Amino acid sequence: MKTLYTVLDHPATKWVLLVFVLVMPLASLLTWAERRQSAMMQDRLGPNRAAPTFAPWLKLKGILHFVADAIKMISKEDFVPGNVHKGLFTLAPLLAIGPVLVAFAIIPFGPTIFPHELTSTLDPLAPTSGEGALNLADSIRLQVASFDYGLLFYFAVLTLANYGGTLAGWASYNKWALLGGLRSSSQMMSYEVAMGLSLMGCFLLVGSLEPGYIVGAGASSKLSPSNPLNWLWLWQFPALILFTTAAIAETKRAPFDIPEGEPEIIGYFVEYSGLRWGLFFLAEFIEIVFISAVITTVFFGGYQVPFLDPDGFRIGGYMAEVNGQLVSTGGSTFKLPHALVTALQIGAFGLKVILLCWFQLLVRWTLPRFRADQLMNLGWKLLLPLALAWTMLSALFKLAAMSFGWV
Amino acid sequence: MAGHGHEEAHDETAGPKVLAVSKVSPKVRTIAVVRPSEHDVTYLEAARKGLGVTLRHFMKNFFGKRRPAEALAKGEAVEPRSRFKPAWNEIETIQYPEEKTHYPERFRGLHRLMQREDGNVRCVACMCCPTVCPANCITIIPAESDDKGVEKKPAVFEIDELRCVVCGLCVEACPCDAIRMDSGVHAKPVENRGDAIMTRELLLGLSADVGKDPQSTATQGGEGPDWRG
Repeated sequence: MKTLYTVLDHPATKWVLLVFVLVMPLASLLTWAERRQSAMMQDRLGPNRAAPTFAPWLKLKGILHFVADAIKMISKEDFVPGNVHKGLFTLAPLLAIGPVLVAFAIIPFGPTIFPHELTSTLDPLAPTSGEGALNLADSIRLQVASFDYGLLFYFAVLTLANYGGTLAGWASYNKWALLGGLRSSSQMMSYEVAMGLSLMGCFLLVGSLEPGYIVGAGASSKLSPSNPLNWLWLWQFPALILFTTAAIAETKRAPFDIPEGEPEIIGYFVEYSGLRWGLFFLAEFIEIVFISAVITTVFFGGYQVPFLDPDGFRIGGYMAEVNGQLVSTGGSTFKLPHALVTALQIGAFGLKVILLCWFQLLVRWTLPRFRADQLMNLGWKLLLPLALAWTMLSALFKLAAMSFGWV
Repeated sequence: MAGHGHEEAHDETAGPKVLAVSKVSPKVRTIAVVRPSEHDVTYLEAARKGLGVTLRHFMKNFFGKRRPAEALAKGEAVEPRSRFKPAWNEIETIQYPEEKTHYPERFRGLHRLMQREDGNVRCVACMCCPTVCPANCITIIPAESDDKGVEKKPAVFEIDELRCVVCGLCVEACPCDAIRMDSGVHAKPVENRGDAIMTRELLLGLSADVGKDPQSTATQGGEGPDWRG
């Protein structure tokens, strides 16, 4: 058993679980969801017919379209045009998809699991040793890697994804692809600044860059982290809007899709086909999932279910220091076993991510594309100064709150 | 939106406000620059409005129920649903092979060959239809009929449905109501061109496939089967 817990707690296991159980299926389903949702928004039905030939009745509202797409892309000819730079041409799709998958390492997708206490309630007032103590050994933290520099890792790694588009454009030996690559790099550079700055207020308020800490602590230590009023969407609402805008720009999708620019230049992947193109396509959708995961984690309390503390639902509790730790206690509670709480919290994380993905698709199919100059104006002249101003305001707010003892 | 000043610039009357015109060259003018308002600069108002529209459509179509296919096909209005049922949505799509639109009575589909009372082909191989056919898609090789009153029958009767222009002249030309285009069936997609050629047996069998009476009500054969004695 000990070995099993060690294996389960290993970062590689958690990463594989996260990517292949949550992220990949969600990203593949998004390819279907995008087409169905856009259809619903435009009074159409969308793809709803794909079914295996041996079971034509198995239509499932068209969910199997993503399987058909995958089979098509895998079985297509792997065409490499002449004059391309073979090495970089091959490297570019991997550079586009790799960093996003790596960046998922910092996302806490669930609470810490204590495998010996799955059936009992995690009472915060239980003694640390002796009779009635909780056995907290072999804990499994549902976060692949918790760095102190947390979200900075995300900014650093996602910048690498930038190379994917740029190199694809350069290596393709095609003027339109090169234009797309250049547009891609200029857009990424511009919006990365605003994106990073827009989260600074959150870091100031919480006092940590670590996503796990942000989820576990919330904006104020006076409220339980599971209280929706303690999540940062309320205290950092302008940051939420700024970050969402900049993050959507980072995914290079409409209304910020000038690197792709379908009607004019087709984009940096114009020379790509088959599975190589599929990797770009998938990377785009994984980025959507990732952005949703980051927004969930920072602004919407991550895996927290409203009013669900580790020992069950609690209304009207307060924060108290027990055994050197701040825990939510008191109030009227509805006790739940640890296993159920964990399941609910992982489910809540998934639900929040799905809802935010849905919102991103809604934006993508509503707003028309910006011109290049509008894009740059928005990034440099609006988002950047606003993010700076909001960072300073947040600092002032934090200073006031600290000097008056509010937090 | 921010760019609306561009469209107006082309229109002389609605263009930008002219502040002064140069005396040397009247084409050189000083105009007031139209700057987008603060509202437009952030795109927030436009984005909010647009998201509202698409969200409304999404909710209506996602939670609503599609109007019955018959009503959609005939373009009929339907009763508004009661308050306790999901409202009708705005999707107009008809799921084609399962649901069909209303076809007019004289719609021309695939050809079918009519039968006599004894089940033989009604065609007498008079060659009117291949003669009139503008697309040359009908091939008839006549043979002598066992029935003395009929003289000829088609040994081969083939229609290349890829060539057919669905004009209906063959039906008009037929003197004995042997060929009709009222099956209501569209030409099927095929993988080989040869598969699009319909043989006599296929054309004869189509009546049963679409559930139509294979026999014509018109009488045929002049004064009887053996009027020549």
